[in-house]
Amino acid sequence: MSRARMLNVSVRGPADAPVVVLVHGFGCGQHMWRHLAPAFEVDHRVVLLDLPGSGEADPASYDTVRHGRLEGYRDDLAALLDELALGPVTLVGHSVSAMISVLVQVARPDLVERLVLVTPSARYLDDGEYVGGFAADDIDDLLGLMSRNHLGWQDPLATLVAGDPSSDTHGELEASFCRTRPDVAAEFAAVTFRGDNRADLPRVTAPTLVVQAAQDSVAPLTAGAFVRDSIPGAVLEVIDTRGHCPHLTAPAETAEVVRRFLVPAPR
Amino acid sequence: MTEIDDLRRLFDDAPCGYAVLAGPEGPVRHANAELARLVGRPVGELVGTATLASLLTVGGRILLETHLLPMLEHDGVVREVALDLLRPDGGRVPVLLNASTSAGDPAVRVVLFEVRDRHRYEQDLLVATRAAEQARSAATALAQTLQQTLIPPAPPEIPHLTIAAAYRPAGDGTMVGGDFYDVFQVAADAWCVVLGDVSGKGASAAAVTSFVRYTTRALALDHPDPSDLLRRLDRALRAHGTDHYCTVVVAFLARHGEAWEVRLALAGHPPALLRDAATGLVHELGVFGSPIGLLETTGFTTVTHLLRDETLTLYTDGVTEARGEDGLFGESRLERLIAGGPHDPRAITDAITEEVLRYQRGVAADDIAVVTLAARSSDVSGPPAARGS
Repeated sequence: MSRARMLNVSVRGPADAPVVVLVHGFGCGQHMWRHLAPAFEVDHRVVLLDLPGSGEADPASYDTVRHGRLEGYRDDLAALLDELALGPVTLVGHSVSAMISVLVQVARPDLVERLVLVTPSARYLDDGEYVGGFAADDIDDLLGLMSRNHLGWQDPLATLVAGDPSSDTHGELEASFCRTRPDVAAEFAAVTFRGDNRADLPRVTAPTLVVQAAQDSVAPLTAGAFVRDSIPGAVLEVIDTRGHCPHLTAPAETAEVVRRFLVPAPR
Repeated sequence: MTEIDDLRRLFDDAPCGYAVLAGPEGPVRHANAELARLVGRPVGELVGTATLASLLTVGGRILLETHLLPMLEHDGVVREVALDLLRPDGGRVPVLLNASTSAGDPAVRVVLFEVRDRHRYEQDLLVATRAAEQARSAATALAQTLQQTLIPPAPPEIPHLTIAAAYRPAGDGTMVGGDFYDVFQVAADAWCVVLGDVSGKGASAAAVTSFVRYTTRALALDHPDPSDLLRRLDRALRAHGTDHYCTVVVAFLARHGEAWEVRLALAGHPPALLRDAATGLVHELGVFGSPIGLLETTGFTTVTHLLRDETLTLYTDGVTEARGEDGLFGESRLERLIAGGPHDPRAITDAITEEVLRYQRGVAADDIAVVTLAARSSDVSGPPAARGS
């Protein structure tokens, strides 16, 4: 199976247009971009994907060991870009995928000509003078909640054991938007919230836009400012909205700042 | 009482925490008494100021931002979400949350049920599940370790002889199978190949497999006639006092220039299969003998064959008794498979295991063990390799 199929890749927009790759963060899959993507599909080639273990990605794409580090996701994303062979792209990463995008750009500058980091945080845990917003206990609390919530996921093996192959729930599962396998989600949460990518930021060589929400309880403004200050030449745009997903709560404003950053196209 | 009072009481006196938020991220617009009790704050303190996030633990806020609000935005509803409310005194209240929105209205309705007892029960279940999982993985590790003592990782490299072996345990590998094989040297230019199947599964079968394998090794050094060896093995196993019995094929190989003399005897085991390199014709080798450890009176027959341009395949009944849509895999299907293959022990061994597995749609009902060997004239071929899992 091709990597594109494994990661449920969809490509839309005119064939020769500049390429924008949208990478969802910790949480739901590529549908997170559904209010933002149309704004780019008129004059950009827009690539959407589900990260290993998320959304509709093939379950076989996820490996507990390889995806126990963000570098595992980095390598998958770089391999996907190699396979798609669309030339250097604008990589738009939300939340933890902002850091994955940073890692891709640093490792493979030939693949990424611009970076857009949506509500990024290079480190979620407070550390000395650095304010990430969270203590270690908070992350343990989150992991506990992840294991208590199945959010539409039902282990097919457990269903089999229960001897209920008819399972009316199957249709519901298909429809569930944020279906999350608890063990995978807990592992993704751990790698997301316990990571520290502060040292990677100064190595970015592509023009970078940081997009923050004015009130974000996951990635506070201090986290966004740190990312801007650490990446050479990066600019920060703050969207006047609440929450961690400005592309959901304020898609028009978010599209606007990203478009301003992309025009004129660098090629 | 007026109708509007009735409706108010539906909300205010509802036996669950009930809040209406101005928006997904917005402040509480209405809250009822049960909600105030759950969060440990008066209604007046909640309305207009508290957001849903502000009532939750930090972990709950992250879950809300990364999963629940996007789900609510997409589906208009979330159900059965386990969260902890955080009270001003630092106490936690485990709750289940449902929330919904209506089209064209930013307001979010949230209901919360306290689930202290459920939560305790759930924690107990979680602990029990983890313990069961650990026990299962320990059992699997034990089975695999035990299995590796019964099956050599690879047959030894033997000058002038190519030998390929494969072993596939039944099912998911959590049980130790009863099939085994062994290849060992008995003298200069003389080797012994043993392949067998102990009845039953699990630890007691594995103990008998171990007994049979090492007893055979010991006997083979002083008893170069396979029938003689099997007679003594049978006595030893019956004296061992076990309900398990076994079927075995024993072949002594002695090199004669470019060829190998094979002396072979069967004990309740299917005959070996010879394939002629030039014609592809397949012949059985061996005379039926008694199983080991089962009968008071036994009979074994040694046959001798000079192996030149042929392959010799030994197999267990996991091959022929594999069950598929067309019934049993069977001897004739196996013979056709070997006849149609090349003069190559590795290729023949792999083809048999793959085909038998495919025939059972990938799930082996019984263990499969296969050993194929051939004389090697010019000694230049690559190293031998075992395949198994």
